[in-house]
Amino acid sequence: MIEVKNVVKSFDGKTILHNITCEFHKGKTNLIIGQSGSGKTVLMKSIVGLVTPEKGQILFDGRDRLTMPDKEIRNLRKEIGMLFQGSALFDGETVMGNVMFPLQMFSTMTPAEIRERAEFCIERVNLKGAGNKFPSELSGGMQKRVAIARAIALNPKYLFCDEPNSGLDPRTSILIDELLSDITHEYNMTTIINTHDMNSVLGIGENIIFLNKGHKEWVGKSSEIAGSTNEALTNFVFATNLFRKVRDYMNGK
Amino acid sequence: MTLTKPLQDLGRYCVFMGKVFSIPEKWKIFFKRTINEISKLGIDSVPLVIIISVFIGAVITIQMKLNTSSPLLPAYAVGLTTREIILLEFSSTILCLILAGKVGSNIASEIGTMRVTEQIDALEIMGVNSACFLVLPKIIGFLLIIPFLCVLSMGTSILGGLGIAYFTDIISVSRFTYGLQSSFNEWYVWYSIIKSCVFSIIITSTASFFGYYVKGGALDVGKSSTRAVVNSSIFILFFDVLLTNLLLQ
Repeated sequence: MIEVKNVVKSFDGKTILHNITCEFHKGKTNLIIGQSGSGKTVLMKSIVGLVTPEKGQILFDGRDRLTMPDKEIRNLRKEIGMLFQGSALFDGETVMGNVMFPLQMFSTMTPAEIRERAEFCIERVNLKGAGNKFPSELSGGMQKRVAIARAIALNPKYLFCDEPNSGLDPRTSILIDELLSDITHEYNMTTIINTHDMNSVLGIGENIIFLNKGHKEWVGKSSEIAGSTNEALTNFVFATNLFRKVRDYMNGK
Repeated sequence: MTLTKPLQDLGRYCVFMGKVFSIPEKWKIFFKRTINEISKLGIDSVPLVIIISVFIGAVITIQMKLNTSSPLLPAYAVGLTTREIILLEFSSTILCLILAGKVGSNIASEIGTMRVTEQIDALEIMGVNSACFLVLPKIIGFLLIIPFLCVLSMGTSILGGLGIAYFTDIISVSRFTYGLQSSFNEWYVWYSIIKSCVFSIIITSTASFFGYYVKGGALDVGKSSTRAVVNSSIFILFFDVLLTNLLLQ
């Protein structure tokens, strides 16, 4: 479990995160949702350590990342897998090379075992046979799947996904969502997904944190969204024509 | 006030170098990457070095002949002065200024692109010291190959000069060769190699620094590439004065 307590972060005097406190549960898909500029990415980067908050605590199973010695932080990072918005695959490496990379750097496996594990991860994300391709030869959805395979190669305890559906068609988005949800339950990971895709929110959101202008506005499950009276949340959820029409239909308009 | 930014950059450069010169996580991967960088930064530069050196060697010979045509100077002075220019300045300083353009922009754009596409963040998240992982093999690889490029440049420049002597009638080959061999000081070769080694560190570390701290998008990668080349050229010229004063006193 990851606990965020009273986190504050500013850039150039402008406060982006206002005293955020929330929990991300183990074995569940935890979603951070909100409009662009609401502070989702800053919150995620603060949790993983790419940004250092001014105040607060970030507890990984009780261990505060902000007060950890460097050596412990390095060990913690080996327990973290991350899927970036643009996949962040290494251009010069093949799919196999990308997935093998964390194993070569941090595991004590033999080369044969590393290859076997990488092949397993590639197969797990349904990309069997694509091992020798370079990232530039893959579609956006395939690149995301390679990034997921690389993220889970070391069997991480915590998985972070920054807008995993951005730039993908609805069908591929659903496939990626289902894959992330399956992997979370299969490996009992603490998964945090940053998104503003309502299909993901309703499809896989088991614990949803809604941010608005850097404030935590609402926490709940996907099934509780429709009944929420939080104005900022309903404005965000029913911002798309499709959801507005569904609501109107349900209300008999 | 105008000094604040350069001083901040110098401080950041020192911190960055501290991160770069750390113990590599996996020596096997470090050696593999270093060999790869030797090939990419050094061996791939060989054709450029040969072409530039041959032509500059030829031009220096023609210029020397045209500008030293005095009855008071022996004919072999053309060979001697051509050799001294090549050994003392061309094959170290001028060659490294040219390589700062090729190698420096290559490194800055490669690392800058990795930064804006979050590949460096991905390395950091995995717990890899990205500065050491990406930059140290470049510094070591280029440092190992630069003496070879420097000596290659000396040889091919002299061949360029010999070519002029052979194919034209401005100076005879025997007199040019005699000039090349007369009053030879072996130290000048070492001096040139030492300078090249220092310049190689300047090129790779400066370019890596500008690439590593790039912010923004593709346009900023291009800007950082230009800044890397301009700054490494200035540092090369500054250290040229310093090293010449130190090594030839």
